[in-house]
Amino acid sequence: MPLVKKGAIVADSFVHVADDSALPVEGAALIPATRFLEDPGGLAARNAPTGVIWPNNRDLDELVPYLEKLAVVALVFPTFRDGRAYSQARLLRERYGYKGELRAIGQVLRDQFVLMLRAGFDAFEVKKEADAEAFAATVKRYTVFYQPTGDGRVTALHRRMQARHAANVQ
Amino acid sequence: MYAYDEIDRTLVNERVAEFRDQVKRRLSGELTEDEFKMLRLMNGVYLQLHAYMLRVAIPYGTLSSPQMRKLAHVARRYDRGYGHFTTRQNIQFNWIKLADLPDALEELASVGIHAMQTSGNCVRNVTTDQWAGVAPGEVEDPRIWAETLRQYSTMHPEFTYLPRKFKIAITAADHDRAAIRVHDIGLRIHRNEAGETGFEVLVGGGLGRTPFIGKVIKPFVAGRDILSYVEAILRVYNQYGRRDNIYKARIKILVHELGIEKFSAEVEEEWQAMRHSALELDDEVVADIRSRFSYPDYEKLPDAPDELLAASADPHFERWLKNSVAPHQRPGYAIVTLSLKPVGAPPGDATADQLDAVADLAEKYSFGEIRVGHEQNLALPNVAKRDLPALWRQLDKLGLATPNVNLITDIIACPGLDYCSLANARAIPIAQELTRRFANHDIAEMIGRLHINISGCINACGHHHVGHIGILGVEKNNEEFYQITIGGRADEGAVVGTLIGPAVPYDDVANVIEDIVEAYLALRARPDELFYQTVERLGVEPFKERVYATR
Repeated sequence: MPLVKKGAIVADSFVHVADDSALPVEGAALIPATRFLEDPGGLAARNAPTGVIWPNNRDLDELVPYLEKLAVVALVFPTFRDGRAYSQARLLRERYGYKGELRAIGQVLRDQFVLMLRAGFDAFEVKKEADAEAFAATVKRYTVFYQPTGDGRVTALHRRMQARHAANVQ
Repeated sequence: MYAYDEIDRTLVNERVAEFRDQVKRRLSGELTEDEFKMLRLMNGVYLQLHAYMLRVAIPYGTLSSPQMRKLAHVARRYDRGYGHFTTRQNIQFNWIKLADLPDALEELASVGIHAMQTSGNCVRNVTTDQWAGVAPGEVEDPRIWAETLRQYSTMHPEFTYLPRKFKIAITAADHDRAAIRVHDIGLRIHRNEAGETGFEVLVGGGLGRTPFIGKVIKPFVAGRDILSYVEAILRVYNQYGRRDNIYKARIKILVHELGIEKFSAEVEEEWQAMRHSALELDDEVVADIRSRFSYPDYEKLPDAPDELLAASADPHFERWLKNSVAPHQRPGYAIVTLSLKPVGAPPGDATADQLDAVADLAEKYSFGEIRVGHEQNLALPNVAKRDLPALWRQLDKLGLATPNVNLITDIIACPGLDYCSLANARAIPIAQELTRRFANHDIAEMIGRLHINISGCINACGHHHVGHIGILGVEKNNEEFYQITIGGRADEGAVVGTLIGPAVPYDDVANVIEDIVEAYLALRARPDELFYQTVERLGVEPFKERVYATR
């Protein structure tokens, strides 16, 4: 599955670790939540980037204490219709101040890129090659945004007020 | 009227371009039907029994004359010359080709009309009182808040893939014309004891197979906090709403399963964590939205003009005046309802020619403004009383002056089995038959206000649960049967109707309704006791007896 980061298709340096296998000592690894929570202390012993795959129905409170040590949090879209991870993403970014890579995995399609970016995702394991290739074009499709989110884009309301202010100044 | 500016227009155009690309990818096979389905639904496109159907949003039920003409044009150019107004301030076109849809949407976009989020598991088109801004006694114009919520919910990055559809309705008048108690979120604008304007927030109302009346989650939320409060509700719902079973995925089930206390505690906790965020509205932002609503330049007019007095000699005019014309905030003006319920016609249908004519009449008599209500009728909200006789004559010629508003033939009905792939039974022919049975205006007036609602399946698009008389089509051994409920209401005293007994076959429905009405006429305490009041007083038993004793 192609990985898109910073708008480009890149090689994924992270290995997905299976639920039942041991924590690898070396190499960047994405670890399932259950496996990770068995031994969160094991994280400290690793001297390679570590990420966790967090299911969309698991309470984020369990994850929050470890956020600073994580290189990647991967949130799951079991189907593109299941939007729980959008809420998790915003909470991680906006409430818990997570600064690392926030990766969307599962049924990730081009038609969701804009929403995912706005919710705080910055890396995408894209289901279809063609969608990954279309990433740059797709995310430029919209120039107007109504809601404030943690992505910092200026909303329509504030653009109007700025325009009005500029007109008043002139 | 609200004027879209360059920013709104840009978004609508960008959405059309995106959908054009999605249709292209679907036609080339790049998108599977499963993938395309959610995308087309969020652009108002359903696959019906015979063809694709396009559901176009009429935000807060307000249309301008040019917009109405564009709807007529789309009806003519891309459909079969008519449109169907629904119970949620939408218009539906039933016969559009998939390949034509982007062009149709592009044409609509040119006048600021779109189909964004008229379906799908997102926040749907926010609805409100069709008399907003003109209804006497209104606290303030709820459309300002409907527009604020429209913007907030359009392409919301967090809430576009909710567990299920999500509907918000707002009212600001004592009499609720927006049916807020049967919405996922109902908002009632009122003043608190300190004289501040804010919202009573209800949550978890809805119809469908498990009907619930919304519960008050917060008696007062200030305007500045309304977006953050709605976001808190949506976030709790997005995280905890059921996704294992489509029939249990609506917020009403979550509220019911958790209980309103626990649910509201969850929302409160979420809200406290984010209420002072960028979602907090300041006066300037609200003033900005308010400033883009324009209001008519009303004249100072006499409240009982000579033209009106002269016309009152005509009993036909008088009857229409009594049934279709309502008081206005301004002296000398009136709100005129245009009945889309002529005898023998499908409720809510209008021809392209009628739409064009309404656009012209609105320009001539109502400052170019038209309203669409959940009862599937239209309204001209700003008619000078002196113009009422002239307007009536023209509406009458167009078949839009049937004097039956709120009477027994002002029936709400979904398209049913004639169009809908979900339906189990026909709804339109039942409505047509009932309008014939009760075509006599004297009898209809004697019966008084009586709302009949018909749904062709349990999804309840015809809101049968909250009809004074509700008719629900079901299927038994490949035959159409109908369950009858009575005593429902969708207004400020909303209740779900009570089933009177076993379902009756198609051919017997109109007879049963006649029996119920006859029973009511015999049982009512006074001539002005309305049907639902008699049911409230006596319960369903006497009606049940009358209907089933001889069957």
